[in-house]
Amino acid sequence: MSDRAILDVPILDVTGIGVRFGGLNAVKDATFSLWPGEVLAIVGESGSGKTTLLRTLAGELAPDSGQALFRTRAGEVVDIPRLAEPQRRALARTEWGFVHQNPRDGLRMAVSAGGNVGERLMAAGARHWGHIRAEAAAWLARVEIDGSRIDDPPRVFSGGMQQRLQIARVLVTEPRLVLMDEPTGGLDVSVQARLLDLIRTLVGELGIAAIIVTHDLAVARLLADRMLVMQQGRIVEAGLTDQVLDDPQHPYSQLLVSSVLQA
Amino acid sequence: MTPKAAHDPDYNLGYLDEQTKRMIRRALLKAVAIPGYQVPFASREMPLAYGWGTGGMQVTAAVLGPDDVLKVIDQGADDTTNAVSIRRFFARVTGVRTTERTVEATVIQTRHRIPEQALTEGQIIVYQVPQPEPLRKLEPRETETRRMHALADYGLMHVKLYEDIARHGRITLSYDYPVLVNGRYVMAPSPIPSFDNPKMHHSPALQLFGAGREKRIYAIPPYTEVRSLDFEDHPFHPWRASNCCDLCGAADSYLDEVVTDDRGGRMFVCSDTDWCADRREAGHRGRLAGHALATPRADDPA
Repeated sequence: MSDRAILDVPILDVTGIGVRFGGLNAVKDATFSLWPGEVLAIVGESGSGKTTLLRTLAGELAPDSGQALFRTRAGEVVDIPRLAEPQRRALARTEWGFVHQNPRDGLRMAVSAGGNVGERLMAAGARHWGHIRAEAAAWLARVEIDGSRIDDPPRVFSGGMQQRLQIARVLVTEPRLVLMDEPTGGLDVSVQARLLDLIRTLVGELGIAAIIVTHDLAVARLLADRMLVMQQGRIVEAGLTDQVLDDPQHPYSQLLVSSVLQA
Repeated sequence: MTPKAAHDPDYNLGYLDEQTKRMIRRALLKAVAIPGYQVPFASREMPLAYGWGTGGMQVTAAVLGPDDVLKVIDQGADDTTNAVSIRRFFARVTGVRTTERTVEATVIQTRHRIPEQALTEGQIIVYQVPQPEPLRKLEPRETETRRMHALADYGLMHVKLYEDIARHGRITLSYDYPVLVNGRYVMAPSPIPSFDNPKMHHSPALQLFGAGREKRIYAIPPYTEVRSLDFEDHPFHPWRASNCCDLCGAADSYLDEVVTDDRGGRMFVCSDTDWCADRREAGHRGRLAGHALATPRADDPA
């Protein structure tokens, strides 16, 4: 019964988020909820406001209206856009993580793989070198990076390895919410498949909630429990992934689904 | 000690004009009030190049009073070009007494060292700082480093130390070793050897830092906690050469290695020339005592 009660409370409650860039309404009145352990995909064409919405949820962009209530591990409810900077940074280190489309934006390219994974631990206060290194090694193994590469900088890694390293770096502090912006963008199909497999396994094992922004409906089909379809800044359709993909209701969703060969 | 004299009437006392000295003193007061915090100030052109101690000289000019006794050291030595020219500069534009003896000095301007002789209450030590930002090599954006200081977001500093241990098995950083001041601000101690870091902790002297090119002043008030950053399983270890001074035999001072010929001959000498001379006068003798390098103290170089 208690488990049920926890699951009944959303980890993230987004109400009426609007973001304007000058005269352009990038996101209009976005409203949705996310429950613990749930994977939500946001799909839509380029320029539909997916990434803007994601960055707002990470606290990197200030919305012009609306609120995003996040429930912390301690049970406290905070409004992400109205957090003070020190608190936002503290939560960004421990409670949520952001996986960038381009691993170069999320990694320190000159710092070794172990240092990249360890940075979040050290930022969160870890000061025992041996423990930090052991933790980094364990995470490299989980994302299938060979342990002998722990002291290599990510600039000598392949694109797929860089992306896996970025995921390890984000997950090492066991966040409760992970925001991913096109995590498979720019990777070839076989590498994409392995990465998707890995993300699905890790998200399942750790029971973390994730929001994945993608324009690739296959990624949404594989990973997401539910999905949102965005068009010109507005959420035009929301529902279970299979439901939306197999029986799209909104004309734009129908167009999106029909423009892929086989989703 | 040289006698007090009248300052060169062609210059204002201390070279800088009175308003500039007031501006620097205001920055110094703020710096002392917030230990380790870098206070921006309107650094002036000085009659020597950036990188030669313009920041330290401006701080010295602002704190020097008529009754002060000035000592200037460069890498611990009183008799190198930079130390001699700065000492003569202040003798000319302020007329204050100058000395080479640490115990006699009330203001000590230094580059790269803290004297071996323990500093006492009432003394001021002024450091010349080339790069005041300890995070600069890790984070090139000034807006971001200032935000990191404001939020005490110092994880990145430990990443640097982590990398050192991963690569070399120990922290190899041997100078400009970052410190945490008063439990709050991470600070660059200027390029002093890590050997000198422990001397900053709870020092009875007032420590002032001036960076002329970077236009920053910061300070450590007397008796302030100064901790060198480290890991629990890799504690901070001040480094020194494992030799004795070849002139005075000191086994606990910071040493310079001097190449003496082209056949591999070398000797180790105290980098602090005043400390070494004191010990030789007290009768201590090293392996090469009487060597040409052991010149007697020139008490009045000006």
